[in-house]
Amino acid sequence: MSSKTLIRTTSALALCLTASAALAQDTTITIATVNNGDMIRMQGYTDQFTEATGIAVEWVTLEENVLRQRVTTDITTNGGQFDIMTIGMYETPIWGANGWLVPLDGLSEDYNVDDILPAMRGGLSHEGTLYAAPFYGESSMVMYRTDLMEAAGLEMPDAPTWEFIREAAAAMTDRENDVNGICLRGKPGWGEGGAFITAMSNSFGARWFDMDWNAQFDTQPWLDTLTFFEGMMSESGPAGYATNGFNENLSLFQQGLCGMWIDATVAASFVTNPEDSEVADSVGFALAPDNGLGVRSNWLWAWALAIPAGTQQADAALQFIEWATSADYIELVAENEGWANVPPGARTSLYENPDYISVPFAQMTLDSILSADPNNSTVEPSPYVGIQFAAIPEFAGIASEVSQEFSAFYAGQQTVEEALANAQAITSEAMEAAGY
Amino acid sequence: MARAVSNPRKALNTAIAWGIGLLIFFPILWTILTSFKTEAEAIANPPVFLAFDWTLENYSVVQERSNYMRFLWNSVFIAGGSTLLGVIIAVPAAWSMAFVPSKRTKDILLWMLSTKMLPAVGVLYPIYLLCIQLGVLDNRYALVVILMLINLPIIVWMLYTYFKEIPGEILEAARMDGAGLKEEILYVLTPMAVPGIASTLLLNFILAWNEAFWTLNLTAVDAAPLTAFIASYSSPEGLFFAKLSAASTMAIAPILILGWFSQKQLVRGLTFGAVK
Repeated sequence: MSSKTLIRTTSALALCLTASAALAQDTTITIATVNNGDMIRMQGYTDQFTEATGIAVEWVTLEENVLRQRVTTDITTNGGQFDIMTIGMYETPIWGANGWLVPLDGLSEDYNVDDILPAMRGGLSHEGTLYAAPFYGESSMVMYRTDLMEAAGLEMPDAPTWEFIREAAAAMTDRENDVNGICLRGKPGWGEGGAFITAMSNSFGARWFDMDWNAQFDTQPWLDTLTFFEGMMSESGPAGYATNGFNENLSLFQQGLCGMWIDATVAASFVTNPEDSEVADSVGFALAPDNGLGVRSNWLWAWALAIPAGTQQADAALQFIEWATSADYIELVAENEGWANVPPGARTSLYENPDYISVPFAQMTLDSILSADPNNSTVEPSPYVGIQFAAIPEFAGIASEVSQEFSAFYAGQQTVEEALANAQAITSEAMEAAGY
Repeated sequence: MARAVSNPRKALNTAIAWGIGLLIFFPILWTILTSFKTEAEAIANPPVFLAFDWTLENYSVVQERSNYMRFLWNSVFIAGGSTLLGVIIAVPAAWSMAFVPSKRTKDILLWMLSTKMLPAVGVLYPIYLLCIQLGVLDNRYALVVILMLINLPIIVWMLYTYFKEIPGEILEAARMDGAGLKEEILYVLTPMAVPGIASTLLLNFILAWNEAFWTLNLTAVDAAPLTAFIASYSSPEGLFFAKLSAASTMAIAPILILGWFSQKQLVRGLTFGAVK
């Protein structure tokens, strides 16, 4: 090769590199996300991604329900406002089936997609194609006060039954000192009290629909579930529990006003953080209760990153998703903020890491996630996928109304029979209108 | 002649007025106090009123995480623009309805008001699709027009009510002195209706400032105002009440200060024509 040719080739190559670098720096992706600790933490590390790739990131952070409405409007109209959306296990398979999301089949080998926990991968796929990468995953479990349990003369089994939970709740309740034996969600909303009671009903043998998509609220297991829940909460729950959701119960537990709390595994890092929790050093964990029917009452959820089909920057978006949901990102957070603060529940390798598994709640979180099966969530067979929800588009609307009926029962505004009859009518009507 | 009121009665009235005033202001006061607490103190039971360790940490975190000035500028632009545009359109409309009414005027007024009865979510998709077609999603000018249209019935109604209080004979006299339509509205009607126009401007500015449906649904990054700023600190899974309170305080501070300085005009305008 002559020196002239060499100079020309080098110049052309340099020009190409400069152009591609300039192009990369001009790329900005917009991400819609929720306001929770892990997502906010990720925003703090975004500069490192931009430095490495030249891709700038704009964040649109919204409250969960606002986000859901916002991204749903955008994706159904092909608005193209966002390049990445933070969505959950409920939306992903439905949106994937509708062709609204870009399939994540271009992930690199280094990313190691097989490292994603199978339960998460299954819940974020449609017909075997992954449509969203989990940023963090969660199940639900029992969090309890070890000191109060000991004072009550009881020992929490690793896998308790509902009968034991009720007995322990009654024993730990101390009305004079405002200590409630148990705190649970009763707040209306399909993602609040609706999620809890649906997961609980699974362990009582209830289901939302039979195999022909007929509503099942007129069956004995639903009556048993609601009667048991209301009875236990009246005996040992806080006043006004019908309006308590995750935050209200977290606040009560952190102030030492709950003996037990059954809720999202992600709460474990909050209640064991001495900066916020007065009971940080006396919290124990157990699997969510069952009734001996072979199905526990824990749910499965993941906040995941997906690329809407309307984006013009699918490649840059995929690059970000690979970075944010990688094992390297987990290590980055661990290095800077400790293992207790890494996003949990997404990757198998995290639970093989001895540093992480020594975190008090890590093993129980993994066990809870592994014991949740969205494809077989009920005792009797059911036609839907999902544990605390049924992955059909109509579910969110129906379940919001049904949970309002249940909350009205908890608040003493109607009887259990009336609540279930109304739930049956609401669901049957909506399903018929939807053509099931 | 003013009615004589005894001293004890006066004191009682003052106490009741202060009590009601404090009751109305209490949620705002509590938000401001919470913004200076730690997250643990924000949820303490029983609640702590003043005896807590005051901290500016929440403000510092909010400043670090969000570009407050961008949200603020968008709020000022959208609220100010929509209010001004609305008043410019509403003044001639209200003038014609107040001084040269036709037999359909009352029906038109009622029809205008009826557009406010439609739930906003009912037209979300048509408006969203229009914005996509016109390429104005996440655009400040689009929000100025949309909020102006939403508040226009209220502006017209308010101005119509104020204009009705002005004797038509004064305008007739101006016309007899040779004033044209423009002069009549600009130099005769408007100066007499200044308190009414000022209170209309202020009230609609506040309404547009606080509007949280369209401003959340039609914006992303470039046009997001302070309502989106607050929404980014609300979380159903995690206790961030102190930070949310700091963000809320920062969002309401400008409008609170504006309301404080213009309260005389606001009260005068709102009671304009109430007592004859």
